[in-house]
Amino acid sequence: MSSTTNPSTQHTSTIGAIGAPSRRNTELALLVFAVVIPVFAYANVGLAIDDKVPTGLLSYGLGLGLLAGVAHLVVRKFAPYADPLLLPLATLLNGLGLVIIWRLDQSKLLQKIGQAGNAAPRQLLYTALAIALFSVVLIFLKDHRVLQRYTYISMVGALVLLLLPLVPGLGANITYGAKIWISVAGFSIQPGEFAKIVLAIFFAGYLMVKRDALALASRRFMGLYLPRGRDLGPIIVVWMISILILVFETDLGTSLLFFGMFIIMLYVATERTSWIVFGLLMSAAGAVGVASFEPHVQTRVQAWLDPMHEYLLSQAGVKDGVVHSEQAMQALWAFGSGGTLGTGLGQGHSELIRFAANSDFILATFGEELGLAGIMAILLIYGLIVERGIRTALAARDPFGKLLAVGLSGAFGLQVFVVAGGVMGLIPLTGMTMPFIASGGSSVIANWALIAILIRISDTARRPAPAPAPNPDAEMTQVVRP
Amino acid sequence: MNKPLRRIALFCGLLVLALLIRDNWLQYVQADSLKDDPKNRRVAIERYATPRGDIIVDGDPITGYAESKDNSLNDYKYKRTYKNGKMWAPVTGFASQAYDANQLEKLEDGILTGNDDRLFFRNTLDMLTGKKKQGGNVVTTLSAAAQKAAFQGLGGKKGAVAAIDPETGAILALASTPSYDPSTIAGMTDEKEWKALQKENNPDQPMLNRALRETYPPGSTFKVVTAAAALENGLYPDADTKTDSPLPYNLPTTRTPLKNEGPIPCKDATMRVALKVSCNTVFGKIGADLGKDKMLEEAKKFGFNDSKLDTPVRAATSNFPATMDKPQTALSSIGQFETAATPLQMAMVASAVANDGTLMKPYMVSELSTHNLDVIEQTEPQEMSKPLSEKNAQILQSMMQTVVEDPQGTGNRAQIAGVTVGGKTGTAQHGVANSEKPYAWFISYAKLKDGSSPVAVAVVVEDGLANRGDITGGGLAAPIARSVMKAVIDSKK
Repeated sequence: MSSTTNPSTQHTSTIGAIGAPSRRNTELALLVFAVVIPVFAYANVGLAIDDKVPTGLLSYGLGLGLLAGVAHLVVRKFAPYADPLLLPLATLLNGLGLVIIWRLDQSKLLQKIGQAGNAAPRQLLYTALAIALFSVVLIFLKDHRVLQRYTYISMVGALVLLLLPLVPGLGANITYGAKIWISVAGFSIQPGEFAKIVLAIFFAGYLMVKRDALALASRRFMGLYLPRGRDLGPIIVVWMISILILVFETDLGTSLLFFGMFIIMLYVATERTSWIVFGLLMSAAGAVGVASFEPHVQTRVQAWLDPMHEYLLSQAGVKDGVVHSEQAMQALWAFGSGGTLGTGLGQGHSELIRFAANSDFILATFGEELGLAGIMAILLIYGLIVERGIRTALAARDPFGKLLAVGLSGAFGLQVFVVAGGVMGLIPLTGMTMPFIASGGSSVIANWALIAILIRISDTARRPAPAPAPNPDAEMTQVVRP
Repeated sequence: MNKPLRRIALFCGLLVLALLIRDNWLQYVQADSLKDDPKNRRVAIERYATPRGDIIVDGDPITGYAESKDNSLNDYKYKRTYKNGKMWAPVTGFASQAYDANQLEKLEDGILTGNDDRLFFRNTLDMLTGKKKQGGNVVTTLSAAAQKAAFQGLGGKKGAVAAIDPETGAILALASTPSYDPSTIAGMTDEKEWKALQKENNPDQPMLNRALRETYPPGSTFKVVTAAAALENGLYPDADTKTDSPLPYNLPTTRTPLKNEGPIPCKDATMRVALKVSCNTVFGKIGADLGKDKMLEEAKKFGFNDSKLDTPVRAATSNFPATMDKPQTALSSIGQFETAATPLQMAMVASAVANDGTLMKPYMVSELSTHNLDVIEQTEPQEMSKPLSEKNAQILQSMMQTVVEDPQGTGNRAQIAGVTVGGKTGTAQHGVANSEKPYAWFISYAKLKDGSSPVAVAVVVEDGLANRGDITGGGLAAPIARSVMKAVIDSKK
């Protein structure tokens, strides 16, 4: 938008015209597709594997339809002006994820090593819980600005969530990868997924208050604007504690995610490009620093640079203190074997990835069975969700809403990039789950909550401005007297 | 705040774009090389996903397939089975889910799995009509009757038989004992069986294809080649001219006498007599007189020193030494020193003589076909060389017939009533100072009354008893050759 545009017209164009259509029927129509496509995919998997329509088709279709219907009715009632795309896109991803998880449940190899078997019913249960939480958020959170009040509670909450896996007795004893799970009553929970949202609330609340100070009361140093310590200090401290915790839990994907989210929100709040430079420099220094002492990270980097070498080491059973994994190479083979159009649902062999085939690596199954075409569609759906989130931020009328929306969408986008990039060998693998499609309760529940908050912000943003109060002067001007 | 927001939107768009580009690189540009990477297990899964085509003998498959049950991963769907696997192992080789494949199974893998480009049309048609993909068939030239005779003839003895149709070069029998059943190592979980078959655990080497891939000193059977060289080079004009050979005969330039096996009439014997009783002195002297170059030239014409003899399974290189002195030439000419031959090679020698001097290239695949027997490729018989003129070949035939038909000949036990049989026995000593049991050899061919020659055969039995020389070849190996020839002749009727 050019700088000559009148600021007031620019403003009105983003809040939407008065009396804007609610778009609820658009959402409903899109939701029908979002339910029907996975149902067909489900039937397709059954036909490919067993030559018959799966027995659970009806209950699966009804289940997904019911969940989508409930979510739609809640949105229609409690957020009538919400963005119409977010709910159908998330439903479609969630539904396709369920299909692929169910497809991997059928793999005898994965059943044998205990990586699959009944993951799909569990995922459906988690989805139901997630829709419940989604509804709760929309029903009880009438206005997202309420969250502003919980800025500092959110800070404490995020730190507690992140520390939980380090608490002895609570942290789940998981051999591979990061120590980021806790187990409660037989359920594994990944508190980091929820910390993502809570931390975004803290960042948004804090930055909204301090943004002017951060942007203006700064000194110029080597071409960069550096704010005063008392403005930036607290947030830097909190952020660094989060990163440190995650480094101790060797959860590098999530630390990268938090870092990115922080930089994005700081940049949006202060409008200072120097933050980007500053952030990139710091992340580069941090990455090199962590990689220098963390063998776990070093293997990941090696597996990224030369996946075949790691594959051969793992096949040869080389024991040199680190876990050599064939997964990176197996995932590349899965993608390559899928080719342009894929092998067709149920007809690939991505179970060869074995460990985490239906969670961190689920994208490889999409790649193998739906091919380049399928992956591009999935990536574009993610891209659309992110862009609708940022569009919501643009439309939001309050700085807190803007910051929260961009923080959540940015984090979502970064997560997609880090996971998909890792699985496809674009960047080193970090071990996070693909939102909505990967098997895992915490992920699905937290991301539905994230979507709920975005829907709430977009509803507030697109809601027609209240009718202008009657103007006492207006009547006088209309009186025409001879 | 909107300007940075728009930039963030652009940045997120770029992240998605980077993923899209990477995905295109992976799934479009690199897709084929990843897909066909032999380490990619999908290659093997694909290979066993369809029933493997058959190897066919006399119109009947000697192979089959079964659904794998032993496979805990359950992703290799079909595994190979063999009918009478022990008998046919030297022909088929093996195809194993865990240990790859060899010989015909490996060489014709593309046809058998159905992945060969020449099956593309058929596969596409099947796909469109909804039929399952199936491998094509390999039709062999072998004769079930001859193979059975050879395998049963060898019985519990260690040895090999190769039989050829002299007129075409078609291989009729290829037996090797002790053998193994490839069915036992076809699956994923046959590690124990596989290990038990390996050379280091089993000195009998059941997986060695002795007929094609093992060379033995040919002993006296090589005298046929020496006789051919003498005739071709005009050293002696015919079979019944007295040769100028003394007894005892010292190896040239030495004082070492070349010995015959027993008191046989070899002094100035004719070539016919010398071949009949297997005189070392006569043929040793012929070799020395001709010299190594002429001997080497003739041996090469018969197929020696050919390192690329593909049937299509490549045969081991039979050796006639190229560098040697005179006494060594004499020794080489009676099949000693460094001379070594596969059973197939010696069958080729007999077949060239039987086919009036023309050596046909041996082959064992007559056709490649689709699973419903549409021919994809047919093998045409090919002339390989002409080691003998027709006239000299007939002279040599009459000499070899004497070996079998003459009461004093060493090959009496190969006689078949109503059929003209020519042959040559051999006993090859080997080991340090001939300490090991000699190999018993017999090469022969049969000629019918109409002048056609349906079969030439070479038999080697490794554990021949070390009694008097050629009697062993005649006693142990000739009956096997006889039954193989008889089986071929009977099956032609």
